[in-house]
Amino acid sequence: MLIPCPLCGARDLREFTPKGAAVTLHRPDVGAGLDAWNDYLHLRDNPAGPTRELWWHGSGCGAWLVVERNTLTHEVSGARLAEEEAGA
Amino acid sequence: MRYSALQILKQGLTGNRRWERAWRKPDPKPSYDIIIIGGGGHGLATAYYLAAVHGQSNVAVLERGYFGGGNVGRNTTIVRANYGLPGNSEFYSHSLKLWEGLEQELNFNVMHSQRGVINLFHSDGQRDAAARRGNAMINQGDDAILLDRGDCRQMLPYLDFDQTRFPIYGGLYHPRGGTARHDAVAWGFARGADQRGVDLIDNCEVTGIDIQNGHVTGVQTTRGAIRAKKIGIVVAGNSSRVAAMAGMRLPIESHVLQAFVTEGLKPVIDHVVTYGMGHFYISQSDKGGLVFGGDLDFYPSYASRGNLPMVEHVMEAGMTLMPMLGKARLLRSWGGIMDMSPDGSPIIDRTGIRGLYLNCGWCYGGFKAVPGSGNCFAHLMATDRPHDAAARYKLSRFETGFGLMDEEGTGAQHNLH
Repeated sequence: MLIPCPLCGARDLREFTPKGAAVTLHRPDVGAGLDAWNDYLHLRDNPAGPTRELWWHGSGCGAWLVVERNTLTHEVSGARLAEEEAGA
Repeated sequence: MRYSALQILKQGLTGNRRWERAWRKPDPKPSYDIIIIGGGGHGLATAYYLAAVHGQSNVAVLERGYFGGGNVGRNTTIVRANYGLPGNSEFYSHSLKLWEGLEQELNFNVMHSQRGVINLFHSDGQRDAAARRGNAMINQGDDAILLDRGDCRQMLPYLDFDQTRFPIYGGLYHPRGGTARHDAVAWGFARGADQRGVDLIDNCEVTGIDIQNGHVTGVQTTRGAIRAKKIGIVVAGNSSRVAAMAGMRLPIESHVLQAFVTEGLKPVIDHVVTYGMGHFYISQSDKGGLVFGGDLDFYPSYASRGNLPMVEHVMEAGMTLMPMLGKARLLRSWGGIMDMSPDGSPIIDRTGIRGLYLNCGWCYGGFKAVPGSGNCFAHLMATDRPHDAAARYKLSRFETGFGLMDEEGTGAQHNLH
């Protein structure tokens, strides 16, 4: 599996750490209530097919990426910087 | 047909032409009292105990592929009850007791072999943790013996005791732990359920779950609609996909876990040995292959196969523990899809939909749980009350934070187990 880091180019899987579904970029407000926090922390779509995930390029540039990947085939279709995605 | 030594002799003398098929191949009826979705180990065991313990025989097990073709056919066959936390401790103890009577109960040789499980430790702190866990196991009524380095040298002479990274200080020995023949467990439960009137229906994929007024009424399948009063979802790595048919989102991520087997060798490893620091564990099958595995690949996957970096990692870990492993040739590797829960412990519970029950979250430890899980899930489905041994496996524990069972002590969030 090669992951196309926007800063470094296509790099080996071993340089990255998967950090879960990209829903974690959208943290609820402190007072959002139990359901919103349970949703954010625990419940997952867990799709069989295309998915969006956070990966950390820890052995490369250190960037956090949003990677588009297929969980059935392991095909990686794209990656962009998480900071662009989050607008933060 | 009852299996016995005499039966083998009799059949052998008549050319093995009169063996009956182990279970029928019925077409689905229009309706059942109970439908189990998923014909793996846990689903077949559930059906068996529904019939054997609770007298429910108007039951169907629906399987998308063939029976025993999921994780029950893709694991590393280890059976143990060495858990420390309340909740897990009594459940796995219950399951191990069922294992110990399983062959007689099912009249099927599942080749359950209590060869002992040894968890190695590599520091004073880990020794303390092992002693504590051992005491918890003994308090639960199971067995545990703390081995020192000398004991381990005697029992496991082939390990590299003086490796510099993780020198071996000793191990926690669980004599009643061991292995079983994975496929035979599925077949034994399937045959037992069938003999008690359960319909086992393969090549039957569930495509929808029918719900009216908050109550399940049946399922849509590739072999037509089937009505049911109660439905149990027992589909391991596919739990999120099936639950989505009922409009549910689960606290589950599906991950791939790889395992490996070498060519057949003469007996060399007598126990199950785990090497937690290297993410490695190994045993030897009765055919002689060394069966071993490591950690998850750590990215969500439904692919039933992993990537090479984890293969390399597992081989490296194995070589640091037992350098002799380098002389063996790898025969096969495979992957299974694990239903990972946030705290690493399973879920056996009702859902918000009446008549719909959920059994999932077995992470990478489902095989040893097969009899216990089936037994407790059958109890829940038949009586609508949780079995004492599985009463803490609640779906709500993530939402409320009450009763989390984080056996590894790493946290109750995805990606940590």
